[in-house]
Amino acid sequence: MKTYINAAVAISPQPTMGTPFELHKPDKYETEFMKCVEPDYKAYISPTLIRRMGRVVKMGVAAALQCLKEAGVENPDAIITGTGLGCIEDTESFLNEIIKNKEQFLPPTSFIQSTHNTIAGQIALLLKCNSYNYAYVHRCFSFENALLDAMMMAYEQHGAKILLGGVDEITRVSYTVMKRLGIYKSVMGSETSLFADRTDGGIAGEGASFFVVSAVPENAFAAIDDVKTFYKPADPGQTVSFIADFIQQQGLSVQEIDAVMMGYSGDKASDIVYDAVSASIFADNNILYYKHLCGDYFTSTAFATWVAANILKNNYCPDALKLRCRMADEFRNILVYNHFNNSEHSMILLSSC
Amino acid sequence: MYDKVFIAGIGAISAVGLNADETLYSLKTSKHGVGQVDFIDTIYKGKIPFAEIKKSNQELKEILGIEPDKVITRTSLFGMIAAREAVKNAGVELKKWRCGLVSATSVGGMDLSERFYDEFYADNNSGDINGIRGHDCANSTEHIASSLGIKDYLATISTACSSSANAIMFGSRLIKNNVVDVVVAGGTDSLTRFTLNGFNTLMILDKNHCRPFDATRAGLNLGEGAGYLVLVSEKVLNDLENKPLAEVKGFGNANDAYHQTASSPEGQGAFLAMSKALAMSGLQPHEIDYINVHGTGTGNNDLSEGVAMKRIFGENIPLFSSTKPFTGHTLGAAGGLEAVISVLAIQHKMIFPNLNFAEPIPELGFSPVVRLIENCKVDHVLSNSFGFGGNNSTLVISAVKTNK
Repeated sequence: MKTYINAAVAISPQPTMGTPFELHKPDKYETEFMKCVEPDYKAYISPTLIRRMGRVVKMGVAAALQCLKEAGVENPDAIITGTGLGCIEDTESFLNEIIKNKEQFLPPTSFIQSTHNTIAGQIALLLKCNSYNYAYVHRCFSFENALLDAMMMAYEQHGAKILLGGVDEITRVSYTVMKRLGIYKSVMGSETSLFADRTDGGIAGEGASFFVVSAVPENAFAAIDDVKTFYKPADPGQTVSFIADFIQQQGLSVQEIDAVMMGYSGDKASDIVYDAVSASIFADNNILYYKHLCGDYFTSTAFATWVAANILKNNYCPDALKLRCRMADEFRNILVYNHFNNSEHSMILLSSC
Repeated sequence: MYDKVFIAGIGAISAVGLNADETLYSLKTSKHGVGQVDFIDTIYKGKIPFAEIKKSNQELKEILGIEPDKVITRTSLFGMIAAREAVKNAGVELKKWRCGLVSATSVGGMDLSERFYDEFYADNNSGDINGIRGHDCANSTEHIASSLGIKDYLATISTACSSSANAIMFGSRLIKNNVVDVVVAGGTDSLTRFTLNGFNTLMILDKNHCRPFDATRAGLNLGEGAGYLVLVSEKVLNDLENKPLAEVKGFGNANDAYHQTASSPEGQGAFLAMSKALAMSGLQPHEIDYINVHGTGTGNNDLSEGVAMKRIFGENIPLFSSTKPFTGHTLGAAGGLEAVISVLAIQHKMIFPNLNFAEPIPELGFSPVVRLIENCKVDHVLSNSFGFGGNNSTLVISAVKTNK
């Protein structure tokens, strides 16, 4: 089901939109969570619409429209999004209104905008696009569900140009709640301390990454060879064998994986899982990481896919991504491997064109 | 690529029954589930009717054999009950096959998170944090997966009121593409103060029992529940002792691209969804025996859906009914629940009535089925589910002619 990336655009906590591919580590983390460097939305969306849209919708719509422009696609054959938590800001504001106004005289806007398919729906509305329109919402599988759908569709409807994206936002409230749940860290510090000190909770972040994918290799950025998820592995040994089997099914040897981009988040318990994998089957591979640049969120693998596609396109890997690099820089195959809470694990294999 | 996707089992829970048999009995005897809401703390209690399942969370936990103090959302409990029934009904041994679960929900675990939020709102360090763990949409899916032992593929879909029809579509495609052999697909949603107030702000909640496709219709009644199908490949079917209940013969999703919440006057999204589903099924419009319409009872939906039906079927509108006066509009569960009802119609060769209908919508001039029709040919059913964000989906569910 090899599927080609015809364009890729990311809005992330780094200046990744409209700039040449380069990434730098932040000197220090001054805020409790990483927020996106947002573009001037007026360049993408009409001002009257901007006012009504929540931040996550604006990020998603702007990244999507820019991506379509770069791919030269006016009206995609499908719009498929993944979002772990959807439109949190609007959900909160409607909950607040209910409490404040004791269920009376509530404005409908935030309720209307709070549904998980608002981003996909708004893109369709702006483009007057009647195509297939989906929103996947399964935690760390959200983008992977959307990606599998897109890959199947690329072959079910040959020639179809599919708009695919992963979007999540962070708000003060969602950060506070996730911090209390132990998902996010309470204190940020330097990059070294975030990863070396091994404390509880990941770095909080957000992002919107969009792609135009198809079964058409012409002018492709990079290819996505396959995506595979697995759930609640019985033990670390099973995790390793799922990954090894996946690579073998692609007709590749472990040595042929030029880099493994792992979802190291700074959370002690999660990072141990990555350590075990990188010390076993990937003992001799380049290991990259990315969440120190975008933070951890349910659709962070969409950003990782954007990064991997750019490495393959440019055959260049910014130093900021390198966690453990042993081989010379030559990138043909990159594996993105991520998990959440040792429950949802995912693998996305990309290759150069 | 596999050609066919069979329905081997069904499971349902709603205000008209805790399982498919009870649902069928209610549909046959015109016993609806709309009335006063008991389990939601709202100022609209007694003022707006809802189709609530009259079982407390504790009682639902008892049905499932879950310990009473476990913090679990109502959405998850409904999903577990209906999905478990569907698997039992199918008689499929899940362990033998690669199995997936594709579940849908509109607001996930909002039923508990809004209670947490009340306290959190006053003080950010307050509120039982376990109450928010189930907030996200995947929580109910993972509870269902754990209770059934499904691990091979999990997905959750949330596209408002078309969510679970989309789950059935995606589940069918997972089988067709040989990703898995068996998929439990459907959706679950519980009533919440959040959705109740949301729909109330849109002024589309009828103060009385809803009247879909009636000239005087004045809005919808919200409901809650879950509906799941067990979808299997031909290979699995051949291994099963039971006959298939039906077949997923076609499906289509399209976007109306007109307005975030309202449907277009020409019903473009609905027209495209039905057209795609029909094209895929290889059926001609006249071969459709029954349409389980989306039919919420709002002025906008029923007119727009009716116009789209006219565009496809012309003067020969098939027999149709909205079963939402029975179950209420169960939002993310509606597509799954109505797919179960469509299978029941095929299995029992009957068409269920559209309650409360008296007078056709003048612009349409056609009427739904108002009394139970028994012993009729129901080979091909079209089921519509439309949602916010212009999301429109249609399933074609057909009887299986088999020697088995």
